[in-house]
Amino acid sequence: MIEELLIKLALAGLVLFGVLNLAGLHTWVERKQSALIQDRIGANRAAIFGFRFLGLFHALADALKMFTKEDIVPEGADRTLHALAPFFSVFFALVAFAAIPFGDRLVLGDGRIIELQVIKIDAALLYVFAMLSLGVYGVILAGFASRNNYAILGGLRATAQMISYEIALGVSIVGVIMVYGTMDLAELVRAQGRMIGGWIPFWGIVAQPVAFVIFLTAALAETKRVPFDLPEGESEIIGYFVEYSGMKFGMFMLTDFIETIMVACLATTLFIGGWQVPFLLPDGFHFPWGGELLVSNWVYVLLGVASFTTKVLVFCWVFMQIRWTLPRFRYDQLMKLGWRGLFPLAVANVVVTAAVLIFVGGVS
Amino acid sequence: MPARVKTVRRPELTFWEKLYIPQIICGLKITSAHFFRNLLLHAAHRLGRFKHLPASATIQYPEELRPLMSRFRSRHRLTVREDNTPRCVGCMLCETVCPAKCITIVPAEHPDPHVEKYPIRFDIDLGVCVYCGYCVEVCPEDAIRMDTGILDLAAYSREAMRLDIHELMDPGLRKPIVSCSLKFPHQCKITGGEMKGSWDEVRASAESTGPVDERSGI
Repeated sequence: MIEELLIKLALAGLVLFGVLNLAGLHTWVERKQSALIQDRIGANRAAIFGFRFLGLFHALADALKMFTKEDIVPEGADRTLHALAPFFSVFFALVAFAAIPFGDRLVLGDGRIIELQVIKIDAALLYVFAMLSLGVYGVILAGFASRNNYAILGGLRATAQMISYEIALGVSIVGVIMVYGTMDLAELVRAQGRMIGGWIPFWGIVAQPVAFVIFLTAALAETKRVPFDLPEGESEIIGYFVEYSGMKFGMFMLTDFIETIMVACLATTLFIGGWQVPFLLPDGFHFPWGGELLVSNWVYVLLGVASFTTKVLVFCWVFMQIRWTLPRFRYDQLMKLGWRGLFPLAVANVVVTAAVLIFVGGVS
Repeated sequence: MPARVKTVRRPELTFWEKLYIPQIICGLKITSAHFFRNLLLHAAHRLGRFKHLPASATIQYPEELRPLMSRFRSRHRLTVREDNTPRCVGCMLCETVCPAKCITIVPAEHPDPHVEKYPIRFDIDLGVCVYCGYCVEVCPEDAIRMDTGILDLAAYSREAMRLDIHELMDPGLRKPIVSCSLKFPHQCKITGGEMKGSWDEVRASAESTGPVDERSGI
């Protein structure tokens, strides 16, 4: 019993460690990637004992600065809610990671099986979406509790945007659930391991390309980053966290990055085969041209984790690239895209998928 | 004659442009091209290759200075004669023409009757100076120039923004100035406005070092 608990704690610690570090690194990635795109060098001055390491210490310096800054609460603001809002944001973004499977079963020497997933839930997908939806509370509370008209308008914008796009997001993955016939993310990834004609892996992007595009767009809108950063719009329209300073503001920023990683994890799990490596079965590689390369269970699992991590990192890179490429939407364009573009498209995708499944007779 | 009408044709978006996604990919192509080009060039620079291709337009300022145009107006300096005395003849033209009134000159009699005057004090208040360059234009003796290339003029007090004759004659000097190396008689801030130095000292040092080429002062 104690062992089970320790294993779960270790898994949770591993996931939190990975996610929080990646989120911290995102500040560095954001600076350096934008610098490379814009022919600049990027922040490179923070140094410890003269070592600069490509400006990696700027993330540390940022954290130090955030923690030592004065924490200002506006007069007349609801102090409790004002303090609670950033915690809501970060908490719900972080707990959603519990249901993401980042590797296949690990078989220990004594036959014990460890699922590389913090909690095994049958309806993991529903859990993830529930947590992401609850994240809206952090945003609306931040706007409401600040006693600032700009903040509450920003909060309303954010809420409207997140709720609108959550619908398109939810409907877009219905097709995926129908194709693989499960809401258990671990099973869903396992189901993506099959091959079409022995050559093409049966990943979500192959089965549901339209859903993939809709999901990516709606998910980007969920993260509240450019081109969908109307809730924040720090330079001119002012967002829900205008009255936050110090680490409370930092937590909102962290939430943005964590949500980006969350979305990258979801896109990987749902559409790019999660921890699947092409042609890799639990006992080793089976190439379609007849070659075989057998590996042990440990190597197999580690390859899976590496594959998952790589895919997530690539998605993070793509999101960052999009963030530094596209200008912001106007609000009516945003709503039009969500309600008149993505939502009908997602519904049509579900209908077409259902029809095809009936004709083919159901894949799963 | 009827007013001429010019029809401005608004470009119609094609189907692919309206679809938006191909346009996003076009944009991503541009940013990614920059990203990978610069990434590879940075890596190559680390290995000492392709140094002639710049990976960024950034100038790392305090270590690396921006190349200045030859006519760029930077901090002032006073040019000097062979014997390390100022070329300035104390004609007050620059003080008169200065639109910001930032130049203060106190002239005195020069031992050489052909020179007549020279400054015992020459102060420029950089906190007031507008860098118009009129003082340089107006000087009949080419005694003041703005070609030191010094751009880092910030100071913590208004007092520190005032340059006196020491800094103007030797642009290498920086505040605080503790010792005075000028030999000719001048009013020195270091000794609290006392007159210091004598022309005999100047003559002695000029004889000992022999004739020098025109010192640029830098």
